[in-house]
Amino acid sequence: MRHGIGALGGIALGTAMLALSVAIAFSVGRFPVGFADLVRALWAAASGAPSGLSPAAEAVIFNIRGPRVVAAILCGAALAVAGAAFQGLFRNPLVSPDILGASSGAALGAVLGIFLSLGIFGIQALAFGGGLLAVALVYMIGSSIRSGDTVLILVLTGVVVGSLLGAGVGLMKYLADPYNQLPAMTFWLLGSLAGTDRSDLAPLFGPIALGTAVLLALRWRMNVLSLPEEEARALGLATGPIRIAIVAAATLVTSASVAAAGIIGWVGLIVPHMARFLVGPEFGRLMPTAALLGGGYMLAIDTLARSAAQVEIPLGILTAAIGTPVFIWLLASSRKTWT
Amino acid sequence: MSVNRRAVVVGGLASIAAPHIARAETLTDAAGRAVAIPSRMERVFPAGPPAAITHYTLQPRTLLGWPRANRGAELIYLDPDVATRPELGRLTGRGNTTNLEVLLQLRPDLILDIGSTARTFVETADRVQAQTGIPYALLDGRFEAIPASYRLHGRLVGETAWAEELARYCEDIVATCRSRVASVPRERRPRVYYARGPRGLDTGLGGSINVETIEFMGAVNVAGGTRGGLATVSLEQVFAWDPEVIITIDREFAGAVRRDPSWAGVRAVTEGRVHLSPKLPFGWVDFPPSVNRMPGLIWLGKILYPSLFPEDLVAFTRDFYARFYHRTPNDVQIAAVLEGRE
Repeated sequence: MRHGIGALGGIALGTAMLALSVAIAFSVGRFPVGFADLVRALWAAASGAPSGLSPAAEAVIFNIRGPRVVAAILCGAALAVAGAAFQGLFRNPLVSPDILGASSGAALGAVLGIFLSLGIFGIQALAFGGGLLAVALVYMIGSSIRSGDTVLILVLTGVVVGSLLGAGVGLMKYLADPYNQLPAMTFWLLGSLAGTDRSDLAPLFGPIALGTAVLLALRWRMNVLSLPEEEARALGLATGPIRIAIVAAATLVTSASVAAAGIIGWVGLIVPHMARFLVGPEFGRLMPTAALLGGGYMLAIDTLARSAAQVEIPLGILTAAIGTPVFIWLLASSRKTWT
Repeated sequence: MSVNRRAVVVGGLASIAAPHIARAETLTDAAGRAVAIPSRMERVFPAGPPAAITHYTLQPRTLLGWPRANRGAELIYLDPDVATRPELGRLTGRGNTTNLEVLLQLRPDLILDIGSTARTFVETADRVQAQTGIPYALLDGRFEAIPASYRLHGRLVGETAWAEELARYCEDIVATCRSRVASVPRERRPRVYYARGPRGLDTGLGGSINVETIEFMGAVNVAGGTRGGLATVSLEQVFAWDPEVIITIDREFAGAVRRDPSWAGVRAVTEGRVHLSPKLPFGWVDFPPSVNRMPGLIWLGKILYPSLFPEDLVAFTRDFYARFYHRTPNDVQIAAVLEGRE
């Protein structure tokens, strides 16, 4: 059965949406710098001629808005690809990239970092490590239980370990200094890219590039993996190692994006559905489309978050407020495109 | 038999509660509640940091302990005997960590809370007083109410003369600052960005308790256009505001901002007007919201209007600390305070 607009159509549409988001993101913001200024600054950077822009305007383009645009695209693409991979792996359309505890582990790492008054890098490192550790723990527990459906047991282990980690976050907030640490924890848990600068991009790009490359490389095998396990085995696929590779890659990208941006739900849940709505469930088409759409979607939301008011709107709140109606609409209009 | 047993229990409870409420004299607290003045005043339980600090300044010998134990550098500036008293947790505010049975074991004569007199806190006070039989007084913690709260506090714990002296001292500082600031026309008041958090991107919106003293000192809070509490802003927004002065409480941010290329274009950074607030033993600018912010007025005055505030900050600090914190710091210790050490 042919779905929607086909592979090239999906990539073309995703690219167009992303380009549009980038153009809008660079044109709006609290500081009066527009798209024309971006073009002048880039031309000046390329040709070596003076741009004629004020140092503040150049700082906004290269140090503030630019890195933030890149970070939003990376995080959105990462969460969307991880979500699409997990929805296929667990054969469940309600799965999001944090189902195995990556976000809960990262949250506990981050609040612990804030509790210990670490610097920005320390907090992000603990968040990243916490996400990886949580999923490793879930995977170890889940695969040591040898009864019933492996995938189901893994998901259930993720849910219970995630809620234990959530209790750990609660404990840290309870013990935190109420004047200083508690607000910092609350802000972090709501998600924001407000503090992004150029030095954040390398630690974000590395894991996301690696994890996304692995997931894109495995996209053909995911088609087989999303069949019932016996059928996949019958087709000669070693499901175990591929499952580990998918979980590791998805966790890598999720943890990196959560470490940089805080807890941002919904993107990894609804963007794969949007992509599936456009190009169908075949992973060869779905994954690149999801990555492009995710980057554009996250960038659009972050642009709203930083431009709507003097004060930042937390990303977690915006993604939920926008994600819920979108998800309901997708459910109502795309029931048949899931499998 | 069962009736007798109940009578014994009730009688026992009454005899525990009785000494505290035996005296008929009552006082109306800041929330309009009638609080019995304890006949014995040996042990005061502070419900939160503002109550602990204020009571320490007024009557240190009766302070039972601290919401959070004082740490190394803080101890230097406090009376060693009182400063090392135990950690008691918080009874009020954001999060209640005190166990009421532990509270009873401490046998306080009075529970003192200084802060908001909103309904949440009034009902907490009523409930704890009913549960424990210990008088629970709620005083107004707003900055402007500090002198009045000192006087009420003094009557409550039988320390009226010293309370009057501290109240007058605070009134003098507040009046001095107010009259000096009033002489500055609005267009000559510096535009200030208040930075919190390691990124420096959390700030206090207009009217928030975090920027109360900054706004009292007549500075134009660049984030004041939006009313509210704490919020996160983007660096781009800070660029758009282009503040002349940045006041921060975060040591890491204060150190990093001067060499961070992202902040390089902000006027306050370019002109070297980023100031880290003193914090020992208690913060001068933001929290806890209590009398510890009083020296912060003079500190802010010297930053915002150097020509109007000729005070010698070292001498002022020495005098304030001796008077309120019962220990006279030496010049090295004062320098550490003014550097913003933690």
